[in-house]
Amino acid sequence: MSDYLVSIEHERLSFFTPAGEVKALNDVTFHIKEGEVLGIVGESGSGKSVTAYSLMGLTAHPGKLLGGTLDFNGHRINDMTEKEMRKIRGKEVSIIFQDPMTSLNPVYTIGNQIREVLKLHTDKSKAEIQARAVELLELVGINEPQKRLKQYPHELSGGMRQRIMIAIALACEPKLLIADEPTTALDVTIQAQILELMMELKDKLGMAIMMITHDLGVVASMCDHIAVMYAGNIVEYGTTDDIFYRPKHEYTKGLIRSIPRMDSKEHERLVPIEGTPVDMLNPPKGCPFASRCDKCMKICLREKAPVMHFSDVHYSSCWMNQKAELEGGNK
Amino acid sequence: MSDKLLKVEHLYQYFPAGGYGKKKKYVQAVDDVSFFINKGETLGLVGESGCGKTTTGRSILRLYEPTKGRIIYNDKVLFDSGNVALKDENGNDIMEQGKPKFGTKTAVDMKPYRREMQIVFQDPYASLDPRMTVADIVGEGIDIHHLAANKKERYDKVQHLLECVGLNSEHANRYPHEFSGGQRQRVGIARALAVDPKFIVCDEPISALDVSIQAQVVNMFEDLQAEMGLTYLFIAHDLSVVKHISNRIGVMYLGKLVELADSYELIFHNVHPYTRSLISAIPIADPETARANKRIVLEGDVPSPLNPPSGCRFRTRCPYATEQCAAEVPQWREVSKGHYAACHNLDKLN
Repeated sequence: MSDYLVSIEHERLSFFTPAGEVKALNDVTFHIKEGEVLGIVGESGSGKSVTAYSLMGLTAHPGKLLGGTLDFNGHRINDMTEKEMRKIRGKEVSIIFQDPMTSLNPVYTIGNQIREVLKLHTDKSKAEIQARAVELLELVGINEPQKRLKQYPHELSGGMRQRIMIAIALACEPKLLIADEPTTALDVTIQAQILELMMELKDKLGMAIMMITHDLGVVASMCDHIAVMYAGNIVEYGTTDDIFYRPKHEYTKGLIRSIPRMDSKEHERLVPIEGTPVDMLNPPKGCPFASRCDKCMKICLREKAPVMHFSDVHYSSCWMNQKAELEGGNK
Repeated sequence: MSDKLLKVEHLYQYFPAGGYGKKKKYVQAVDDVSFFINKGETLGLVGESGCGKTTTGRSILRLYEPTKGRIIYNDKVLFDSGNVALKDENGNDIMEQGKPKFGTKTAVDMKPYRREMQIVFQDPYASLDPRMTVADIVGEGIDIHHLAANKKERYDKVQHLLECVGLNSEHANRYPHEFSGGQRQRVGIARALAVDPKFIVCDEPISALDVSIQAQVVNMFEDLQAEMGLTYLFIAHDLSVVKHISNRIGVMYLGKLVELADSYELIFHNVHPYTRSLISAIPIADPETARANKRIVLEGDVPSPLNPPSGCRFRTRCPYATEQCAAEVPQWREVSKGHYAACHNLDKLN
């Protein structure tokens, strides 16, 4: 088991809201090796962020882990107390949130917020901490670090704030960086800067990245593996090329079809995925995607499809594949 | 009657931002923007946040009173500040004895034109009144313009509109909070269509929606255009969507239009350095192309529109900037037929 940095097995997590139980994660399994970049794509509400937060021990109040095991870097996250969790949070695993406007504390200076992490996790002296803070800002490409350390978040632009967030996350050189939609709130040219920076730092520090996004363009350029989530399930997992060129699940295929292509000369009509996302309070019995799938069969409505492996790393759960195999076998 | 439905000439939109007297400061949101939209076509407008694309859309509808400029809709002057040059058929300024010839100051009552020019807003959560039912939201325009003779007719109209945008008739009596983002955006579109408009400003209508829903709404815009012969000004920051839906695309940077061309031309034969970097920055959803693609990563952030750089506004981030760029504002000129750009170094770059 130890050759994986992260290994999540059969995780089930629900939110017990006044309206009823919301099954946010149903049997989620995946692994991340050291230094690997895993992209998690899906729509809002598909459970991508919940997966990441549970790995950080940050499941919010009505949420409860119902089953499965979460292992990270030799720790069993399930059994850890909050106190133990705090020791690894920020040190071995860090997170960058979507909105850099709200995730920095507006009443503390940038310097304060960077030094806090170092104070908590290292026994460096004050001078060393200050030097490290300057070094970190330089690392993420911020000019005049001395001056910036004394500034407050509102004095900086969105792209700068996201750089600060990255600096804070990387302060202790974590093994795993979780990036929860890190560029969604940013403009494309700034997004390009931040993605470039993340990849550069990954090569420099050798950490693994878990990249959560709804933008297939972002994962195409930077991820080794991709997990596609829908309604609390990983419906397909594979290498980036598997997902883009050999998609096996109807949802993945639909997602890829629905993106307008930049390089086409003629006007092609988009192929949307019809219908609306699943109501998580009353999830369907069978395949969660069945109601929107244009190849839906009777069995899809009754039962969940078993996981089928196409290669060591490429697997998916869709009845269409079962059907294809059966038909192939009968010939 | 010309085939140009809308003409925007030398549009300026400044917003006061504190200070008194001589020190009074202005956000120069839109600065000398000129373009036209043909009947039945879609003009896309792209740029980063704060570049003035939304302000342009709203100024055209006179939701803001333009600081300077002229707006001509269907050969009727809707607004003229009286101090910008008139343009001839080819879009060149008319000069008289070396001085530009000005138009007469005009500001018409917009109410009759609101029937023809509508807008769909970006945020479907904020642009619908939470205390009105969908039927009332959609029906409001019908009431204001007296488009229905009686209640029955109004009811039928609303039902028909909801059907047009893919909602059920039973949705009419519900409130906005009962809908998902995509459905709300459909309500917003139905509201815009209620008065049989000819021209719709679509202000980032899909950026608040999930990926799988975006394609549905984009297709709906196209279908409605084909059915009703609508003309769109489609504002978005997502160039791949804009390229898909538009006949022509304009690129804005910090209040200025930097390039405008046929959409295929703009993507593949662009001439302005900003357009180039904008296109290369778009993440491509195709791993092989993405790996081969060399991004032109721009340094730094967009400068503040309170205090924009002198000369060419893009010069602070432009890799090709020269001294001339700081001294002179580049001219908006036609590079090839129907392809306009504003840059000093066009000849060197291409």
